[in-house]
Amino acid sequence: MNMTSRSRAEIAADQRPGTFRAEWFTIAACTAMVLLLLLAVVGKAEAATRGSGDLALVVERANGSLQVVETTGNTSLTRIEGLGDLSHASAVFSRDQRYAYVFGRDGGLTKVDVLEGRIVARVVQSGNSIGGAISQDGSLVAVSNYEPGGVKVFSADDLALVADIPATYGDGKRSKVIGLVDVPGQRFAFSLWDAGEIWLADFSAGSEPAITRFEDIGRNPYDALITPNGRYYIAGLFGEDGLALLDLWHPENGVQRILPGYGRGEQKLPVYKMPHLEGWAVAGNRAFVPAVGRHEVLVIDMNTWQEAGRITVAGQPVFVMGRPDGREVWVNFAFPNNDTVQVIDSESLNVVKQLQPGKGVLHMEFEPRGEEVWVSVRDLDELHVYDTATYERRSLLPAQKPSGIFMTSRAARIGL
Amino acid sequence: MMRWPVLATLSLCALTTLASGMPSSERRVELDYLLTQDCGSCHGLTMKGGLGPALTPESLAGKPAVYLQTTILHGRPGTAMPPWRGILTDAESLWLAERLLAGEVGR
Repeated sequence: MNMTSRSRAEIAADQRPGTFRAEWFTIAACTAMVLLLLLAVVGKAEAATRGSGDLALVVERANGSLQVVETTGNTSLTRIEGLGDLSHASAVFSRDQRYAYVFGRDGGLTKVDVLEGRIVARVVQSGNSIGGAISQDGSLVAVSNYEPGGVKVFSADDLALVADIPATYGDGKRSKVIGLVDVPGQRFAFSLWDAGEIWLADFSAGSEPAITRFEDIGRNPYDALITPNGRYYIAGLFGEDGLALLDLWHPENGVQRILPGYGRGEQKLPVYKMPHLEGWAVAGNRAFVPAVGRHEVLVIDMNTWQEAGRITVAGQPVFVMGRPDGREVWVNFAFPNNDTVQVIDSESLNVVKQLQPGKGVLHMEFEPRGEEVWVSVRDLDELHVYDTATYERRSLLPAQKPSGIFMTSRAARIGL
Repeated sequence: MMRWPVLATLSLCALTTLASGMPSSERRVELDYLLTQDCGSCHGLTMKGGLGPALTPESLAGKPAVYLQTTILHGRPGTAMPPWRGILTDAESLWLAERLLAGEVGR
């Protein structure tokens, strides 16, 4: 249609010599502009026209870089460098799944454009940090710090400081902060390693948070998680056998100790790597968590919050991750068993599969619907992708001392 | 007050051990890797600290190697520092302590 009408216009122009030049000029200018636009688009086509829902960031901890990978064809897209010390690092995502906020060991908070593979903004906000969270509405990014101990909250837009929450306790000492998660209602929950406390910071009224403190929750909480529905916040305790449970529907009821004394007074094994609580492995009404200093995974009945079983595994669990459908739970282990991954049947509580990806299995991340799982194998400098139905390795990608793997689908999940 | 003479004696013993049981060059590569990657999990890959304290030469200044060796071997009860005996020998832990004091790791 366009061609036809243009031809008619040209014919008309030919018949009226006075307007010929103007018409020709307009057409030439338009063509040139379209060509220029096309060139610009083609130059950026691959980055600018794809979605970001199947992307993931892999932390390469030795060099302070990130690898952007896609999980449809399992390929590497690009590497982003210059993120500082990523010996311990994690990431959360903006609600549009385009930007990642990466929390580095050296206190660095870096906003990364995952699609364009570049750093958008970066601040070094403390001397030493451990993790972070993004608020329910996506406007605030909170970082939990070891040194100086506390939480700092930033604008997700430009990383401008919004609030500073020193984790003071006793006579003005500051505690290291761990287990920071987002809580529905524009709140954050976190735990104080040295103080043995859980704090709730409520930002629903603006940038001045209302803080609720829960004291005496147990010795040395080492990490915490929140259930996928945002109701229960649970901190694992390193300094004693047990976990601390906060019902966020009823914070007025305070913190309840669950599974107290699960070690039955036996001598704990030395802990060579602190376990993580993440990805809340839930199957039916049962939850699976690592037992600290023991070669066991603990099973919790979520109706009664009593122990519902324990599963003997190959070493001290670090990550206990539920496959998204809840049918299986995958576990990796601390040194010196960190070459192994075990798969637990969530119904029978049996170990049904053991994999040996290689030394230094640091992290596992399921694809959003769980058909594949990505595993970082630090000492081999490799990422492995396993089919969760057959346990066959489907892909292998090189990576430099890979640790955490973070899929953009986390953007839509409470507490991740 | 008795601590220093005891430590000095231990030091001497340790030196003797070191002379007799210096890790092989192959093992030294493994130990360096362990120090960076596994100790680094808590103390940071650059040894500037994490859940565990910083282990830079500046932060360790004044602490004898044998004191650090003892901490490595026996851990710090009541803290997150585990004992490494059974995984590391006396000589290996002393060698690691000296690497830390000399600032030869985490760079």
